[in-house]
Amino acid sequence: MAPRLTGYRRANGRVGIRNRVVVIPVDDISNAAAEGVAHLVPEALAIPHPYGRLQFGEDLELHFRTLIGTGSNPNVAAAVVIGIEPNWTGRVVEGIRAQGTPAQGFSIERNGDLETIRAAARAAQQLVQDATEIPREEVSLGEIMVSIKCGESDTTTGLASCPTVARVVDLVVDAGGTVLFGETSELTGGEHLIAERCVDDDVRRRFQATYDAYIAMIEEQGADLMGSQPTQGNIRGGLSTIEEKALGNIEKTGTKPVVDVLAPAVAPVRAGLNFMDTSSAAAECITLMAAAGAVVHLFPTGQGNIVGHPIEPVVKLTGNPLTARTMVEHIDLDVSGLLRREIDVAEAGRRLQAVVERTVRGRHTCAEALGHREFVLTKLYRSA
Amino acid sequence: MVIHKFLVHNEGDDVGVATEDIAGGEEVGGVFMDTGGSVTLTAQGDVPLSHKIAVHALRAGDEVTEYGIRVGLATQDIAVGAYVHTHNIRSARW
Repeated sequence: MAPRLTGYRRANGRVGIRNRVVVIPVDDISNAAAEGVAHLVPEALAIPHPYGRLQFGEDLELHFRTLIGTGSNPNVAAAVVIGIEPNWTGRVVEGIRAQGTPAQGFSIERNGDLETIRAAARAAQQLVQDATEIPREEVSLGEIMVSIKCGESDTTTGLASCPTVARVVDLVVDAGGTVLFGETSELTGGEHLIAERCVDDDVRRRFQATYDAYIAMIEEQGADLMGSQPTQGNIRGGLSTIEEKALGNIEKTGTKPVVDVLAPAVAPVRAGLNFMDTSSAAAECITLMAAAGAVVHLFPTGQGNIVGHPIEPVVKLTGNPLTARTMVEHIDLDVSGLLRREIDVAEAGRRLQAVVERTVRGRHTCAEALGHREFVLTKLYRSA
Repeated sequence: MVIHKFLVHNEGDDVGVATEDIAGGEEVGGVFMDTGGSVTLTAQGDVPLSHKIAVHALRAGDEVTEYGIRVGLATQDIAVGAYVHTHNIRSARW
């Protein structure tokens, strides 16, 4: 019998696989205080970022949704929130608490950095100690929300690492689980394949509208994506066109219907394969998916993207033997045997499933061990 | 069984992917991943690992098929065995 999976069952019923206490700055100028707290309480993890001032409209809503979603991700045991003033700080704290995650807020005006750090560090220490008493419990694969996105793709991605991920995606969906995929512009050339897989006309219409709006946004800049999409790394790896890249990318989504279309950082409500409107830039995409509640990310790479995330472990796999050999410290699973036809995709899928299960039980990924904690907020337009 | 140096997603595809470095002039075998069938051709130039080799001859303006789907357009005539990349194909989308 396979060893059981364990995780942390949170107040809202969702399951985490890590148990972090995070220190979230509401805005750029609160980063120093957040890092000060993490310096005094090393088990608390600061998540600095460059935004949060003078944003407005949907861009501001996305900022709040991303911070609140990150603070209430099931991999988080508790959150300390620090902002320059109390109002927006309180909004983030209340949003996190509404999901059942303990959160305490601190604001810097009328206190200064040093008093704020003193008070927030005391809170963080207590939350860290409390978190260590939360037990791991038995969980099932279908309770693990998975996100997927590939990066620095080359032609081996579509041949090997993406089909491998597809096996695990189908497995998780069959187990009643939820999987997020995105990368809106990177579906170009294969967007009809996703549209065909939408579960009904409503989802299909919303998918097409989301895709069309993203392409229109690009065209409004008076530019096209030649030279950016595929990336210079993609081209070095042999990918010639966006369509070729997209078809490799889509390989990883497996075979299941697309059950819903989500705005960035919105938590899914339907079990199954969900599409989220995201950039194809790795850290931006993973940050949005983690904010939606994903607890483990599967990341096929060709030329060797090295991304990680502060709270969502990123499992990397490659089918490129050169990458597997030269970037061994970044690669959790080498599936280059598929290129040599030494293994078939079913076997590669089983190997990835085993890596995922070990990651769920607590084994650190390469990115975690190397301290890759990229947290990159998506900004929709300029601030006021 | 052919010792392969490239893989082709679908038997009708115009291009295959080198699974190791291929030298110009080399006679190389490829395997179709959907049918398990094979093909042998002579490389017309060096094709590095993870880059593409032409399985069919193409004329400038022809659609280029991979995964059984159009992935771009040929910008010049392409011979069987030629190295295929941004110098001789381009996106049909941008």
